[in-house]
Amino acid sequence: MAISREDIEKVAVLARIQVTDEQIAGLETDLGNILNLVDQLQAADTDAVEPLAHPLDAVQHLRADVVSETDQRDAFQALAPATEEGLYLVPRVIE
Amino acid sequence: MHNKSVAELSRELESGSVSSVELTTHFLQRIHELDGHFNSFITVSDESALAAAAEADARRRRGEATPWTGIPLAHKDIFCTRGTRTTAASRMLADFVPPYDATVVANFNKAGAVCLGKTNMDEFAMGSSSESSYFGAVTNPWGEKRVPGGSSGGSAAAVAARLTPAATATDTGGSIRQPAALCGITGLKSTYGRISRHGVIAFASSLDQGGTMALTAEDNAMMLNVMASHDRQDSTSTDRAVPDYTATLNEPLKGLRIGLPREYFAQQLNADMEQRVREAIAEYEKLGATVQEVSLPHASLAIAAYYIIAPAEASTNLSRFDGVRYGYRCEEPKDLMDLYQRTRAEGFGDEVKRRIMIGTYALSAGYFDAYYLKAQKVRRLIQQDFIDAFKQVDVLMSPVSPTPAFIQGEKTQDPVTMYLEDIFTVAVNLAGIPAMSVPAGFVDGLPVGLQILGDYFSEARLLNVAHQLQQATDWHLHQPE
Amino acid sequence: MQWDVVIGLEIHVQLATQTKIFSGSSTAYGAAPNTQASAVDLAMPGTLPVLNEQAVRYAVMFGLAIDAEINRRSVFDRKNYFYPDLPKGYQTTQLDHPVVGAGHLDVDLADGTSKRVRIHHAHLEEDAGKSLHEDFHGMTGIDLNRAGTPLIEVVTEPDMNSAEEAVGFARKLHSLVTSLGICDGDMSQGSLRFDVNISLKPKGSTVLGTRTETKNLNSFRFMEQAIAHEVERQMDLLEDGGRIVQETRLYNGDTGESRSMRSKEEANDYRYFPCPDLLPVVLSEEFIEDARQRLPELPDARKARFVEQYGLNDYDASQLSTDARLASYFEEVVRRGKDAKLSANWVQGELSARLNADEKSIQESPVSGSQLGDLIVRVADNTLSSAGARKVFDALWSGTHQDVDTIIADQGLKQVSDTGALEQMVDEVLANLPDQVTQYRAETDANKRKRLLGGFMGPLMKASKGQGNPKLFTEILRSKLEG
Repeated sequence: MAISREDIEKVAVLARIQVTDEQIAGLETDLGNILNLVDQLQAADTDAVEPLAHPLDAVQHLRADVVSETDQRDAFQALAPATEEGLYLVPRVIE
Repeated sequence: MHNKSVAELSRELESGSVSSVELTTHFLQRIHELDGHFNSFITVSDESALAAAAEADARRRRGEATPWTGIPLAHKDIFCTRGTRTTAASRMLADFVPPYDATVVANFNKAGAVCLGKTNMDEFAMGSSSESSYFGAVTNPWGEKRVPGGSSGGSAAAVAARLTPAATATDTGGSIRQPAALCGITGLKSTYGRISRHGVIAFASSLDQGGTMALTAEDNAMMLNVMASHDRQDSTSTDRAVPDYTATLNEPLKGLRIGLPREYFAQQLNADMEQRVREAIAEYEKLGATVQEVSLPHASLAIAAYYIIAPAEASTNLSRFDGVRYGYRCEEPKDLMDLYQRTRAEGFGDEVKRRIMIGTYALSAGYFDAYYLKAQKVRRLIQQDFIDAFKQVDVLMSPVSPTPAFIQGEKTQDPVTMYLEDIFTVAVNLAGIPAMSVPAGFVDGLPVGLQILGDYFSEARLLNVAHQLQQATDWHLHQPE
Repeated sequence: MQWDVVIGLEIHVQLATQTKIFSGSSTAYGAAPNTQASAVDLAMPGTLPVLNEQAVRYAVMFGLAIDAEINRRSVFDRKNYFYPDLPKGYQTTQLDHPVVGAGHLDVDLADGTSKRVRIHHAHLEEDAGKSLHEDFHGMTGIDLNRAGTPLIEVVTEPDMNSAEEAVGFARKLHSLVTSLGICDGDMSQGSLRFDVNISLKPKGSTVLGTRTETKNLNSFRFMEQAIAHEVERQMDLLEDGGRIVQETRLYNGDTGESRSMRSKEEANDYRYFPCPDLLPVVLSEEFIEDARQRLPELPDARKARFVEQYGLNDYDASQLSTDARLASYFEEVVRRGKDAKLSANWVQGELSARLNADEKSIQESPVSGSQLGDLIVRVADNTLSSAGARKVFDALWSGTHQDVDTIIADQGLKQVSDTGALEQMVDEVLANLPDQVTQYRAETDANKRKRLLGGFMGPLMKASKGQGNPKLFTEILRSKLEG
């Protein structure tokens, strides 16, 4: 299946990845080829087949509601590109 | 010293004929001398390794040693190591120093093992040649300009080049087995849930699984003894008891039922490769195993299902890399959208971006049913194929890769060509079963691997089967020049 | 044209767990920014979620309380979108398999009738962090302490037809979750947040109109105003021949205006899919039965009990049973004060008025339930006149004194009910006012006599230094003047 330029632009915005016009041309080919590969799926007869999200037939275990974490803000924020007064900084968010 | 197995080194440490500091110094020296050729390490931790070695020697003197105390090893740079940078071979995390250890790392530290450093890989484990690393491609010790396979190519190359006796790795679609095969070493991918994923930088959560790489099956068993655990920090970690994987290595193979999946031999497979694989299987017949053909009817759909599910999960697992709390951030973002879009465009490499985009596409409105849901249904069919096969046989055997190590750059131009490298390996991850790659001879001087697949939680059996081959043959002991 | 208003609600209820839904970080309110954000909450690489048992239990308790199906198997999904207060780039929520299925809640209306509102489902999910828009050199600051706080999102059917019904439902839900103890109910801190879906249709029509969603209303008053505003806006638009656009709107309680949030909604495609880091949640019968055992008395049952046990009328019982903490305060007052009707009057009267005036919640009341109970005892046994009681209450409220009897003694508020002493005072006052006595006795008009009788009270209260029991004075006066 071919993927259109518009689709690539839409997906790039959803994925928050900047793409240049040149890159879009390359992606049209590459993503188109990948979609051709995965389109083999459409031939499979999957009527009445339940989707499998997880290989093991296991269930979620539950954690006791007990505080186990301590304040590690300084260690964590040492990794951050920009902080001030204990807050992570980002360009102004407009609601 | 560097040609010895972990088991041998462990015995020598125990006897006192060598110290951990001596061993560690030796391997660090080899890395500094030789790794310029292979680029198998991203980070070498001389200082902390020597400190850990000294502590291991002290611990041994106190009589508190485990079989791993003082043994050097390397971790794939996808396992978080507290205080040592962990990059996933991405510009995005080029300077990321985690304040926590992956459970696997913590388990080895607790056992007294010595971490030599962090091994190179495909960026975020997405690739089959270890060429997509931000820190440069890895070279296979068996051939100038040959790829080591991927994504755990650094771990495989480091073990093959005897720069470390053992290395941890992860396998999402073949990332342990294929590089192990291409580098002539032994590797095991465990059952999904057997090894904790806590602290392992996620690629595709329902497929990712840690595993082992070393020269021998016995060493893999020793590694799995440490790596397998029930971890409350990982909801998908199993609470099944962990056996001693070394205890059953010498079980006889008489009566072992081996299945050969018809579909894995009918594919376009290099004739010499097939010959090597069949010779290895013939060895098993000598050991008393029986061989029969079986069918995995949906095998041909595995690549398609995998290349929907893995990118879909990856596309959202990698959303956290947004330049806000850690990792790469673009210069002077003009607004929030610009911060996200440039950070991710500049921080991720091409293959990672392709997969994020394919995954985003497969999950998006209008395509979800046709791609993601369809792939999940096919995934069940593939799992059922294995369940049916293991009603007839104990293990399945097949090639690992369609060709031996290829030339660097040969498959980087077309992603689909690279994806087809995984044709024999991805079904295992979709089903979540364990599998190994064991050296099975050479084609044109390049190693060939035999893939051994087992039922859920049959790691002990797989290691036993691999070990018995290694008692009868010496393919695993050949070393590159 | 006549219009029918159709309202559905989505309510985010913060669960009162100690820790977050997927990590062991504290959920305590008011900590310094990001000091309660762990590696999991910050979406550090390689970290994984592990589900909090108490969050699941609270959701199940809610489900049982609204008579809903509890789904034995539920699944967490990822809702994908980028926002700085959402560290993973997705919210973990439940789309197709929520833990709580269909249920209902009955809402009491002012006209004495009751309305059943169907609840479509309730699902577990994680809260986001907070964006602080104060000026950090033109940047926004992100605090992730709230990120990962457990929520249940309750989704109703579009069963409400007026602001009264919608607000009634909201109050009833607030009452229920606080009574269950699964939410602290503090709306100013965002513990309950309401999204209101509103549409209009021509009266009697069965076809629903296009709806709008007004988000994040965190007080009943704003909710009422926002609904009135939106209904009017839609009505004006429709009657001018316009069309309603399906959109999310933001209501500003300060200006009383709303605006579209289309910018945020644009191009959103949440790409929901099952979260591969979490396994299906499978609930055993034992777990559900255990949750059932933990259900406390619910508001409807409590109201019935107040009528039965304390002899309260329907109105008082309803007022006092809705809020779990008010109900428990009232019961503490009655335990000490015995007289339930008097206790009810004081709690709803003086106490509520003072709490409102000082903008305090019942937990913040400076007068404890047992103190008010002691006061009730002294009112009931006639030690205090109503004026004296108010003085005692003032002293308790201001915190200058703690003990009711000490206040009465110190301020000399004890009412004189010794009939001998009172009779003597009446005799003296009547002797000093012979003209008024004659006038009274000559008067035939009942109302005028009543007023003339009141004329003696001033001098009597003066003579008793304000401590004479007015009721007894009146009785004695009557008997002396008419006897």
